[in-house]
Amino acid sequence: MILVIAEQKDGRLNRASWEAVAAAQQLSGGQMPIKVAVLGSGVAGVAGELAQAAVTEVLAVDAVALGIYTPDAFVQAAAALIREQAPQYVLLAHTYQTRDFVPTLATRIDRALVTDVIAIRTAEGQAAFARPMFQGKLVADVVPQGPAPHLVTVQIGAFRADAVQKGQAPIVTVAGSVDAAAIRQRPEAPFQEAKQAVDLSQAERIVAVGRGIKSQENVAVAEQLAQAFGAELAASRPICDNGWLPMERQIGSSGQTVAPKLYVAVGISGAIQHLVGMKGSRTIVAINKDAEAPIFEIADYGIVADLFEVAPALIAELKK
Amino acid sequence: MKIAVCIKQVPTREWQPRLNETKTWIREQEASYEMNEPDAYALEEGLRLREKHGGEVVVCSAGPARVQQVIREALARGADRALHVEDEALGAADASTAATALMAPMKEEGFDLILTGLQSDDQGHAQFGPVLAEKLGVPHSTIIMEVQFEPGQAGAIKVKRELEGGWFQYVTMPTPALLTIQSGINQLRYATLKGIMAAKKKEIRKVAPPPGLVPRLKVVALYAPQKSKQTVMIGGPAAQAAQELVRRLREEARAL
Repeated sequence: MILVIAEQKDGRLNRASWEAVAAAQQLSGGQMPIKVAVLGSGVAGVAGELAQAAVTEVLAVDAVALGIYTPDAFVQAAAALIREQAPQYVLLAHTYQTRDFVPTLATRIDRALVTDVIAIRTAEGQAAFARPMFQGKLVADVVPQGPAPHLVTVQIGAFRADAVQKGQAPIVTVAGSVDAAAIRQRPEAPFQEAKQAVDLSQAERIVAVGRGIKSQENVAVAEQLAQAFGAELAASRPICDNGWLPMERQIGSSGQTVAPKLYVAVGISGAIQHLVGMKGSRTIVAINKDAEAPIFEIADYGIVADLFEVAPALIAELKK
Repeated sequence: MKIAVCIKQVPTREWQPRLNETKTWIREQEASYEMNEPDAYALEEGLRLREKHGGEVVVCSAGPARVQQVIREALARGADRALHVEDEALGAADASTAATALMAPMKEEGFDLILTGLQSDDQGHAQFGPVLAEKLGVPHSTIIMEVQFEPGQAGAIKVKRELEGGWFQYVTMPTPALLTIQSGINQLRYATLKGIMAAKKKEIRKVAPPPGLVPRLKVVALYAPQKSKQTVMIGGPAAQAAQELVRRLREEARAL
């Protein structure tokens, strides 16, 4: 059996959970039953939504102590659930929450965990899980070792939520097993720092700049290029970390997710944390002096050159 | 406060991957190495906490002899001493194996706070921190943007966690605790000449890993990513390339 652990917050399903269900259906190939569990307090609504997939059963794991996420509570409840259900595999979406509690969970139950999986293959007669390594320059097929269950997290966007086979699954409510006294983290309510003044998701064209820009003074070059394209200026994480552009212009897993008509990546190598925020763009242009940069894997047009030569030439050309 | 910072040595960002004969790992001896960047931010945070609250910063690393390079660098930046679990086989260790290797000597040290980067630039499992926390029996929190320490308090550590899509959350927990630090949380300092000289005299305690370390993950194939798109590569001098790109964006992609 494959157990998918879906993610919800305040009774709203994280859409990436469907991608984990799609991955489970692919891994099963119709050979293994699939159960989907959702942990929380008052998760009947989310369970009902998940029951529309072609799976054997949806488990609504309910406990007051699961109402506000803490790694300690989720590790306890998930460990108990795995012990009870005895699955072959446990699948989750590779979200920040997953990253926070699943490595601890794997250690507590003493089982192997493969993270950030982008494809499922067969190697040596067993399932192998493809995942990026070395900043996306290479992909590794990984076979988890030791006894089942093996835990697998799938990269956001790697499996298609719309590929989920639909069905009607029964819902079973399970009392979540949590010893509240053993929860060591005391969380406060999540908040947003400032209202995002710049909504890059509405931009038709975006010019995004990365490490290749080298210094704050050079950001002006990117700014002029954005102007010439009639585009919004955005950046990868390191640029905002350095304070060269405000955080609200950051694209990627910790920033905004965009899908404009045109995305011009300038001096961006294409770390996966950036790619997840922009790979849905219709046309992607990559300008980078490193021909091996992962950004070229997803680009429609690529120029391998010094951006400080190409950008002025492009500005001149666009002004014609 | 006794602070541990776990650092990893990884191939440099500029390094072009070369595969070994069986195409299951890189040619480690041909790579050039540097400190894992997220760990550098963890080190900086550790140094700042020590400057504010006193105590010491001990860098901890598992890996082959070559790892001394980044240990020396951390000592030059201001760490007080180091713990090195040394073994040639640890160069390719997965997160669980590395944490198991470090567990016993770190437990013995009895750290109040353990910091590390949120993931490594090489294998990128994003597992090591929470795995080590569980092995040491301490609470943890990940992707931390801010650390406040109040000695003697029950919730001695208050941290600001980064959530997805621009959301944050404060979490308090007792010490000892383990935190994985988000890159960009602080401005990195670099080693001064004085620091480099001082580092030569600082202690690096070498420890052998426990016997019977078994990898949790087996890499059966390593390869360049398959392209999901046909990329049109545009060459030539800058002016010519710019003209060609703009033409294609107008006529082919209709993106302008």
